[in-house]
Amino acid sequence: MAADSITATPETSRVRGLPGLQALGFNRAQSIAFLLLLAFLAIGPFFLYPVFLMKLLCFALFACAFNLLIGYVGLLSFGHAMFFGMGGYLAAHSAKVWGFTPELAILTGGAMGALLGVISGWLAIRRQGIYFAMITLALAQMVYFLCLQMRFTGGEDGIQGVPRGRLFGVFDLSADLSMYWLVAAVFLIGFLLINRVIHSPFGQVLTAIRENEPRAISLGYRADDYKMLAFVLSATLAGVAGGTKALVFGIATLTDVYWAMSGEVVLMTLLGGLGTVFGPAVGAAVIVTMQNYLAEFGAWVTVIQGGIFVICVVAFRAGIVGEIARWLRVRL
Amino acid sequence: MPDTILDSGAILETAGLTKEFLGFVAVGDVSLKVRRGSIHGLIGPNGAGKTTCFNLLTKFLQPSRGTIHFDGRDITRLKPAEVARLGLVRSFQISAVFPHLSVLENVRVALQRQRGGSFDFWRSDSVLRRYDDRAMELLEDVGLIGFTHRPAGELPYGRKRALEIATTLALDPVMMLLDEPTAGMTAEDVDRVVSLIRRVAAGRTVLMVEHNLKVVEGLCDTITVLTRGRVLAEGDYATVSRNPEVVAAYLGTDPSIAGGTHHG
Repeated sequence: MAADSITATPETSRVRGLPGLQALGFNRAQSIAFLLLLAFLAIGPFFLYPVFLMKLLCFALFACAFNLLIGYVGLLSFGHAMFFGMGGYLAAHSAKVWGFTPELAILTGGAMGALLGVISGWLAIRRQGIYFAMITLALAQMVYFLCLQMRFTGGEDGIQGVPRGRLFGVFDLSADLSMYWLVAAVFLIGFLLINRVIHSPFGQVLTAIRENEPRAISLGYRADDYKMLAFVLSATLAGVAGGTKALVFGIATLTDVYWAMSGEVVLMTLLGGLGTVFGPAVGAAVIVTMQNYLAEFGAWVTVIQGGIFVICVVAFRAGIVGEIARWLRVRL
Repeated sequence: MPDTILDSGAILETAGLTKEFLGFVAVGDVSLKVRRGSIHGLIGPNGAGKTTCFNLLTKFLQPSRGTIHFDGRDITRLKPAEVARLGLVRSFQISAVFPHLSVLENVRVALQRQRGGSFDFWRSDSVLRRYDDRAMELLEDVGLIGFTHRPAGELPYGRKRALEIATTLALDPVMMLLDEPTAGMTAEDVDRVVSLIRRVAAGRTVLMVEHNLKVVEGLCDTITVLTRGRVLAEGDYATVSRNPEVVAAYLGTDPSIAGGTHHG
């Protein structure tokens, strides 16, 4: 074909990143965005209220975990609140009743997310599209009612008065700024882990499955096993995010296992940019900021959120970061 | 007609293979023998059940009845990924590439199968660079060396088919099943793919569904004609194309077979 010779241009697929950051799998634009993120994490607490920032980071990690599933596997889970909320309950319980140190409590939250992920993934992973979403929603509702009934969750009251404790049994975290550094570290580790997953041999197969599942199967990959691992990883990190949030606020409640929370994380991810590295964090930041600073409008926050969602779906489908990336012609 | 002399050399063998969809028999009682090392063509008018047959052989569909043996093993109950691991690898009717992966990455994903499962999510994908050399060899083989870093989705159609063959070859399959490898191609591309198939078929077995009878004539040692889900005739091209039943079946839908022997 005549077109062939014209179209053979040099490499376009992965532009080299900044030295050092390249090892993380970032391209140049992503490296710059990552440096901006680091700067924001470092100086943020000196300009903004640390508790607000911690809340933001917890939701950002939650949204990034969710994005791993929808953005890189193409599975829409509508039950991610169960991992987030139950992670919170377990972290709170282990810190308050079992006397776990904060890092262990957070890991316990992650372990809870993983366990629930294995169970719900085992039931849901063979389903596609809307059926997958419905099964995850149904399971999450079951978990919600369990949380309402079980003794250890405290029903309507939740688990209150959870101590932040001492990191590694040494560093007191009761000051917000000290706690902030832990939360920032947890977020960064989670964020980088997700990025590594995407840029790993596993991530390569995952991408192939998302792009063309029958072809990936015909190459000998058991697609369901790969989806399952991605699902469990996503659930684990959602549990970590929930556990961290419970320690920040010293409370674990039904709000975080409620189905509306599953919807909120979908909104954050879509708003920020599905399948982008930085989008979910940006989306989470926008939503949390709105909830915080528009709180005086009361119920109108929900209406405004709904309005933004509609605008997002109609006007810029790629999300905030997705649109910026398209505009700059880079991957973010 | 089935040739009993070749039985011992059959690499793929089905007996009474049947697939029914809600009472409709898409494939009925097909007993197929593909000789090791041959290029075997599966032809027939539209709706004859060729693609269904392919999906059954590669386990993308579960047969209603019948058995499939590959390389002496009963694969009737295996899952598609397992069949692929045994070395029976298929292509698809619509070109099956991973559109947002680069051409190189497309081939590398297949080469990556050599590692076994790739569940190591903590490791950098730079470990996959050791497959780059082999991937480049394969791409060179199919004439795609100038396209390595382009997204596969941007390739022209004929090149996509070539990429698909390179990806399949990366698994070093014992047997390849090609579903209409030249469908929708320009004459120039057809020639290129035909010579490519002939070249890569050396040391392997190929079963291909093909509409282009000129291609079938030039490539296939044995041809099986399917109509309405059943085997109508089998043999080499000259035998099959003279079979009055085959001519009749084709005349209904595709008169080109009537003069099908004039090339070559």
